Amino acid sequence: MSNAAPPLFAAREPIFPRQVSGFFRRLKWVILILTLGVYYVTPWLRWDRGPNLPDQAVLVDLANRRFHFFWIEIWPHEFYFVAGLLIMAGLGLFLFTSALGRVWCGYACPQTVWSDLFMTVERWIEGDRNARIRLHNAPWSLRKARLRGVKWAVWLLIAVATGGAWVFYFADAPTLARDLVTLQAAPVAYSTIAVLTATTFIFGGFMREQICIYMCPWPRIQGAMMDPGTLTVGYRKWRGEPRGKGGVKRQQAAAAAIGSGDAVARYGAALDINSAGDRQSRSGDVLGDCIDCNACVAVCPMGIDIREGQQMECITCALCIDACDDVMAKIGRPRGLIDYLALDDEPPTAPQQSAAVAGYADAPAGDVAGATLPPWQPKPLWQHIFRPRTIVYTTAWAAIGVALVVALFIRPEIDMTIAPVRNPTFVTLSDGSIRNAYDIRLRNKHNESRDFRVSLVADSPLELALEGASNAVVNVPADTSRLQRVYVIAPPQIAAARAQRSDLRLWVEDVTSGERAYGNTIFNGKEGSDERGTD
Amino acid sequence: MTDNRKIDPTTGTETTGHSWDGIEELNTPLPRWWLWTFYATIVWGVIYTILYPAWPLVSGATAGLLGYSTRGEVAAEIARVDLSNADLTESLINVDMGGLKDNEELHRFAVQAGRSVFAANCSQCHGAGAGGVVASGYPNLLDDDWLWGGTMEDIAYTVRHGIRNEDDADARVSQMPSFDWLGAAELDATAHFVRSLSGLAHDEAAAQAGADIFATNCSACHGETGLGDREIGAPNLADAIWLRGGSHEAIIQQLKTPRMGVMPPWQARLGEADVRAVTAYVHGLGGGEAAMDTAQDGSAD
Repeated sequence: MSNAAPPLFAAREPIFPRQVSGFFRRLKWVILILTLGVYYVTPWLRWDRGPNLPDQAVLVDLANRRFHFFWIEIWPHEFYFVAGLLIMAGLGLFLFTSALGRVWCGYACPQTVWSDLFMTVERWIEGDRNARIRLHNAPWSLRKARLRGVKWAVWLLIAVATGGAWVFYFADAPTLARDLVTLQAAPVAYSTIAVLTATTFIFGGFMREQICIYMCPWPRIQGAMMDPGTLTVGYRKWRGEPRGKGGVKRQQAAAAAIGSGDAVARYGAALDINSAGDRQSRSGDVLGDCIDCNACVAVCPMGIDIREGQQMECITCALCIDACDDVMAKIGRPRGLIDYLALDDEPPTAPQQSAAVAGYADAPAGDVAGATLPPWQPKPLWQHIFRPRTIVYTTAWAAIGVALVVALFIRPEIDMTIAPVRNPTFVTLSDGSIRNAYDIRLRNKHNESRDFRVSLVADSPLELALEGASNAVVNVPADTSRLQRVYVIAPPQIAAARAQRSDLRLWVEDVTSGERAYGNTIFNGKEGSDERGTD
Repeated sequence: MTDNRKIDPTTGTETTGHSWDGIEELNTPLPRWWLWTFYATIVWGVIYTILYPAWPLVSGATAGLLGYSTRGEVAAEIARVDLSNADLTESLINVDMGGLKDNEELHRFAVQAGRSVFAANCSQCHGAGAGGVVASGYPNLLDDDWLWGGTMEDIAYTVRHGIRNEDDADARVSQMPSFDWLGAAELDATAHFVRSLSGLAHDEAAAQAGADIFATNCSACHGETGLGDREIGAPNLADAIWLRGGSHEAIIQQLKTPRMGVMPPWQARLGEADVRAVTAYVHGLGGGEAAMDTAQDGSAD
């Protein structure tokens, strides 16, 4: 079968990212240490809330349905705080993506952070890129087995620690740690750790960029979030091409590359590129700044070539910038051949060339006549950050944030909701009185038991009674809520008993602190109801 | 094979060789691990259908090797909860019902359990909100008027043995005779008198005539002032609550062809713990009486 169908499935191409140093690599180290540190340390922070309450600073208490965050305690009925935070997280992603592209992917995404950590371990144990390629191609030997074994063991340790740290957010960390070691923890704790260990080990060690390319929806969404004004990692093709070794006369080369006689002169001046280092190939062809050293490709954790333009695979980790800057310094050219850049700051390329080069494909054809172009100047950084789009996102983000903070500070210490009992709407008592019932939920957010006094305000002289209590005082234990049935009785002849509906306000007062809260509701009289039973 | 590969000139991507009206399909290979994941899900699915109930048959479905069923899971969960509540249930069976409210935890447990018992067994007649159904004569359990008494003990007895049923020898029994042998004028007068007891609109002259008829025929059970008698379930006629309707016509109707409620015994079906639980629930609906009130013989308020 000579014309067999081409393979529809492809094996993963192994990637061996080379070590790199530079500004962005250092920035990534800092973010890696910060994010991992926050993740591992947070459950162990203590916060004294007094007796009857947990002393863990951050605790998602699923059993008791409480979320503790330092001095803040969220009850289930306040879940809107969590919803608000999720909306803020979403808007924050929009904001950062429209201003700075996929910075989340490149620096802060757990998949990136843990992959980075796993690659670092890999580098320590198996060596840098070339050593790892040799090891990969070598047949299995004792040395290879030993290196692989050690590497996987360390990965597994990190994975267990990752899954292990997760469960500490859901229970008292010191207690759970002791229980885990003595095999007394809940099965769900072990299974959670097992699942997260497996995913961390596989995703960080073996899947890596496959997660981003094939499993994560976010890279697809990025396209809609970014625009030509967004700062993102890119290759200055007009400066770099034609790439090659050796050389002089870069101005003509670049001019040829973008099809415009004086484009490089104009753009180069703006970028402070002088002609001191113009290059020429051995055969005499004029060349751009790219010496085709492949450093940007070798360091890329996604295994792509940034010089091919914007790609879905690119997580904008900026390591290629570090790698290229390093090379530019060595050959005495200005940094920034690969750089954070906005596509609308870059000179357009000729249509016939742009067709083959993604990322420049949208350049308008009319712009290539260099002679008629105005003097070009890239926009300053702040103009890329502060744009109407980012300002709208920031405003919405901040508005929700302010609203949440305000809501947090004005929420009452005592809290009550009233549910009128509507089945039936009222009860006729033997003396002809009309009685309504209400279920009021009282929440005691203090760490001690509190008494609440219930009272009412209405136009008619209504009477109040509490189910199961001789007076109007309800005791609510510490950090709990209590459902209390309250009866409101209208004597037979008063207006509220006769009317169809009348307004009623129920007050709750914390006997200890004197704090008060109220809720408005309705008293149903017998007017208009089916009265067959009573008269 | 390599020679037969076709490259799409615009994108530089290999094509699959498929062509429809000159439109060719680009070949963007899926990752191989994706294929293996797909196979793994198939294997998973096959194993799942062997272990768990899956394939529909004519009546029912394959049971699966693990013998799992959702019913079984519910039963196991109920058994687990019952076991964890065993101590409370035991205490409830042995507690003196009159003193149940003194044990707050036990009382709360009983009321919660009773809520479910009531919803499953009692709400069909008494209504989900326990408001009763006037048209059908199912009593309202929310008010303070009790035909047979409203203390914990009274309610528990009623639940255990029921009313006017033939299944339980200890059922509460009483019967109102028919007064259809009274003349129309006498019935009318009696009804006027009965309405006068609770201050409803009535004809004063007729009521005075009815007083004698009431004293002769009715007061033996309902009492001279119509306050009723809980010992024999005779309703209080002097209050504002009318199980069969308080209109003049409804009273005459009840005199001529009395209707009396029947309630089945629940002891055998519910068991002692649930009887006590539903008693605590009904007692807490707003009309429950303390034990000492029984001494006052039928006066609800």
